[in-house]
Amino acid sequence: MTVVMDRAAKARSAPSGPRSFWTTRRRDQLTGYLFITPALAGAVAFVFLPLVLVVWYSLHEWNVLADTFTFVGAENYRKLADDPNVPAVLRATGLFSVGLVVFNLALALLLAVLLNQKLRGTTVFRVLFFSPVVVSLLAWTIVWGFLLQDNGGINGLLDAIGVDGPNWLRSGGTAMASVVVVQVFKNVGLNMVLFLAALQGVPQELYEAARTDGASAWTVFRRITLPLISPTILLTSIITVVGSLQVFAQISVLTQGGPGTSTTVLVYYLYQQAFQFHAFGYGATLSVLLFLIVLALTVLQWQMRKRWVFHES
Amino acid sequence: MSHRSKIFLYGLLLVLCVPFVFPTWWMITSSFKPNAEIFSPSLWPSDWTVEPWRQVFTMQPFAQQYFNSAYIAVVVTAGTLAVAAMAGYAFARIRFPGQNALFLIVLTGLLIPSEVTIVPLFRIFNSLGLVDTHWPLILVPMLGPPSVLATFIMRQFFITLPGELEEAARMDGLGRPAIFRKIALPLARPALGAVAIFTFLHSWNLYLEPVVYISSQEKYTLPQALTQFTDAYQGQLWNVQLSAASMTAIPVLIVFVIAQRQFIEGLAHTGLKG
Repeated sequence: MTVVMDRAAKARSAPSGPRSFWTTRRRDQLTGYLFITPALAGAVAFVFLPLVLVVWYSLHEWNVLADTFTFVGAENYRKLADDPNVPAVLRATGLFSVGLVVFNLALALLLAVLLNQKLRGTTVFRVLFFSPVVVSLLAWTIVWGFLLQDNGGINGLLDAIGVDGPNWLRSGGTAMASVVVVQVFKNVGLNMVLFLAALQGVPQELYEAARTDGASAWTVFRRITLPLISPTILLTSIITVVGSLQVFAQISVLTQGGPGTSTTVLVYYLYQQAFQFHAFGYGATLSVLLFLIVLALTVLQWQMRKRWVFHES
Repeated sequence: MSHRSKIFLYGLLLVLCVPFVFPTWWMITSSFKPNAEIFSPSLWPSDWTVEPWRQVFTMQPFAQQYFNSAYIAVVVTAGTLAVAAMAGYAFARIRFPGQNALFLIVLTGLLIPSEVTIVPLFRIFNSLGLVDTHWPLILVPMLGPPSVLATFIMRQFFITLPGELEEAARMDGLGRPAIFRKIALPLARPALGAVAIFTFLHSWNLYLEPVVYISSQEKYTLPQALTQFTDAYQGQLWNVQLSAASMTAIPVLIVFVIAQRQFIEGLAHTGLKG
C-alpha cells in the first residue's frame, strides 16, 4: 500500500525538478541515518577500533618514554604461556567469580523470598537492602576496608564476644572471601529486585493447589517456585559473572591484589602490567585473554538460553 | 500467618539489614570522630568534631574534585540521553537500508567491556595529547559501551510505542524530527529516567579510567580523590577519608530515598538488559 502510494507520489512529482528526489520515504531514511550517526561513530571509535587495535598491540612492544613501537610477533603470547603468575591470576579470577555468584544469588533469593511474604513494611526493607547499590562504590569499599582492618570495627565486635578475629585483608585465607563479601552486599539488591519480580510472577493458583494437596512449604519452594523462576536464576547468574570479571576498584582499594597474588584478578593484573610496569604490549595480550573469556561466557549464555527455550516449548 | 512466625520474620529481616545499613552509618558517624577515637567501637562519637570535614578541603582541592565529578557525570548523562534516544528511536521506528546490520554493529558493543579496550584507548588519547584531561572520561562513556547499552534500552522502549500515534502526527503534517521530539520523547520519560540514573551512577563511580588517565590532583574525580587522604607516611587518615566518602555518598542517597521507586525499577531494568 505504502509502496503504491510512494510510487504514485513519485510519478506525480517526477517532472517538477530536483526537489522531487526528496520523497517522504527518502527524507525518513536520511533522518534515520543522521539519528544513528553519533551512536554508530561512537561504537566504531570506542569499541571496534580499539578491539582491533588491542590485537595489533599485543604483537608489539610499546615504550612510552622512548616512544618506540616495535613489532615482536608472538613474543607476548609466549610470555603469557610462561608467566608463572597467570595460573594464580586465573585461579583468583575464577574463585572471585564463583564465590560472588554463589553467595550473591543465594542471598538475593533469600531476601526476595522474605520480602515476598505478606508482611507490613517490606517496602522499607527493600529500600534498605537496595541502598548500597546507590552508595558510591569507592565510599562503600573504603568504609568496609576500614571495618576489616586488624583493629577495625569487625574485629572490635568479635573481641566483645571473646573471638580473636584475623587480619581479614592481609591473610591469605580471608582476603578473597572479604572482597567477595564486600561486593555481594554492595550489589545483591539488584538481583534481589529481579528475583522478587520473578516470584511475584508465579501464579497464586499453583501455590493454592499444592497447599490443598498437603505439600510442605519447602516442597512447594523446591518443586514449584524454583523451576518457575529458573530463567531468572540463569539470567542473573550470567549478569553477575560478566560483572564479576570487571572488578577493579574493590581489589585496588582493599588488597592491592595481595597477599601475594591471592586476590590479583585478571583486570587488576592487566592494570598492573600495562599501567604500573608499562608493559603495554603484554597488557594488550592480557586484554585479548579477558575478551576471549567474556566471549566464551556469552556464547555459553546463548547456548543455555536456546536450551531453555527448547525445554519451555 | 501466625504471630510467632511474623516476629521471627521481622527479626530475621532486621538482622539481615545490618551489613547493608551499618557500613553507611559507620561511615558517617566515624567521620565525626577525632583521630584518637577512630578505632573505638562506639556507635556514636563521644567527642564530636567537624575537624575531619574541614581537613578534607585543606588536604586536597576537594571542592574542585567534587565539581569535576559532578560536571563530568552531568555532561555524560545528557550526552548519552541524546545519543541513545536518537539512535534507539531510529533503530526502532524508521526503516532504512542496512538497518539490521548497523544495529548489530552497535549491539556487539555490549559484548566488550571497557576494561578490554583501555590499553589501545590510552595509546590513542596519548597520541592526541588528551591524557591528563577529562576528555577520555567524557567521550568513552558517552559514546562507548555504556552508551550502547542505553541505545539498546531506548530501542526496546520505542518498539513498544503504538504506530497509530505517529500516523496521526504524520497526517497533521509533522516530519520525523518533530514526531520524535513532540510525540516519542515525552512518552519515553520512564525509559529516559532509567537510562539517566544508570548513566549518572556509572560515571560517578568510574574508577579504572580516572586512575589510568588523570595524574594531576586538581583534575581528579571523587573516587580517585577518596583514596588519597594519607599522612606523610602513607598511613590512612581514616576520619578524613570517611568524611570525604560521606560527602560523596550522602547526596546520591538523599535523591535515592526521594525517588526510590524510579531508582530500584530503573536500575534493575537496565541491569537486566545489560
